[in-house]
Amino acid sequence: MSKRWYGKGLPGFDIAQLKGLLVVIEGPDGSGRSTQSAMLRDWLERQGYPTSEIGLKRSTLVGRELEEALRGNTLHPLTFALFYATDFADQLEHSLIPALRAGFVVIADRYIYTLMARNAVRGVDRAWIRDVYGMALVPDALFYLDVSPQMLAERSLRKQGGLNYWESGMDIYRAGDLYQSFIHYQKRIRREFDWIIKEYKFAVIDGDRDPSAVQEELQSKMRLVLRSLKPSGRRKIVFKSVSRRKTAL
Amino acid sequence: MGRTDSISGRLIAVEGLDGSGKSTQIRLLKRWLELEGLKVYFTEWNSSSIVKRATRRGKKQHFLTPTTFSLIHATDFADRYETQVLPLLRGGYLVLADRYFYTAFARDAVRGCDRQWVRRLYNFARPPDLTFLFEVPLEVALNRILAGRPQLKYYEAGMDLGLADDPVECFKAFQGLISEEYKHMRKEFSFICIDATQAPEVQQQKVREIVRRMIDLPKYKAPPVPVLQGNAGAWPLSLGSKT
Repeated sequence: MSKRWYGKGLPGFDIAQLKGLLVVIEGPDGSGRSTQSAMLRDWLERQGYPTSEIGLKRSTLVGRELEEALRGNTLHPLTFALFYATDFADQLEHSLIPALRAGFVVIADRYIYTLMARNAVRGVDRAWIRDVYGMALVPDALFYLDVSPQMLAERSLRKQGGLNYWESGMDIYRAGDLYQSFIHYQKRIRREFDWIIKEYKFAVIDGDRDPSAVQEELQSKMRLVLRSLKPSGRRKIVFKSVSRRKTAL
Repeated sequence: MGRTDSISGRLIAVEGLDGSGKSTQIRLLKRWLELEGLKVYFTEWNSSSIVKRATRRGKKQHFLTPTTFSLIHATDFADRYETQVLPLLRGGYLVLADRYFYTAFARDAVRGCDRQWVRRLYNFARPPDLTFLFEVPLEVALNRILAGRPQLKYYEAGMDLGLADDPVECFKAFQGLISEEYKHMRKEFSFICIDATQAPEVQQQKVREIVRRMIDLPKYKAPPVPVLQGNAGAWPLSLGSKT
């Protein structure tokens, strides 16, 4: 499957050399993203496809500093946006592209879309951030794990005994009830994703179900994508993007 | 993004090659404005505390590519812009910037980043009210830098571009390309060009004259509160670039 950039792409990289597949799994914290990615990698490797993974805040360049800045809660929206973009670009160049060049299936446990949504709810211009991510590679498949905010809260509470500051949008709301903030923030993010899902043609997967049911659906969709790796199947798979939103917003 | 809101402050930037003497000039300008009792703030390129360590490590280990080099500097700029420059401008300050986004436009373009992409990257920021470009022949700038400081850093010399194996040769080629970029931007951004081969005090007179003419300076008088002296920071003047 031939690759393309969203915009001008990266200077000095020959896109024609990129093989492999880029599979993006998006969804909020607690949507089961990491579990599903791990299961999908097992499934792929069992069939002999080499896989690797990228995610947010994992770059060697700024991953650590970004983590620290988040802890200190000192980032303003534009700085926040560009810091994440730097982290993303570093992984793009040093992890994603080398892996694709080697023909790997790369699972992105979140990609630019989460960042776009977070930036937008913090008042950053949507067109501007899309321009910034003109350097990003267009994925071969995009999945969104859709889970209702209430379910997310419940899972997070059960797992961590609390709610994350950033995932509750406390930098925006500042005061008030953490649970209410969490629900409110997650709804706003989901509303952003409504647009993103349509714009980028995500396949929306109902994540409220049992993990194995979710995995089964992911695998059946992945089978179609893998077919495109074979020389005979060089065409772009477009999933029907039906947004089955769970929350009345 | 907030560019049209009322802003009473004024932004003055200096640009130019390493060794053009622009840092000396902006420090002299700052001293003058301070001594006139005006509200002044000075900011320089690449100085935000948040990304400093990452930038330093990235540079030391040669981790940076044209894209991440560009983005990490944009992050640094955004941090200073959001936490200092913009609030100060809203608060009615004269903000003096030793290098502004034009430095990124020039360097990133030379490194091969798409010019439009880089310009859009910075379009959240207000353009300066006045931008002085200090122009010297390339040889003069090179001599000033190379005479005083033989040890050139990897990115400073543009070694990542592989223009030459020898750092000094590479630096020369790199500065030459940057100089071309500045030339192309002169008209586009209405830079005020200053002949930086003149004596420093002559240049400074010109700069002050222009600032006095273009900016209603009495508007920026600091309120009469006791101000601690000793924030002269820039004294004694140091030559050379801070990049």
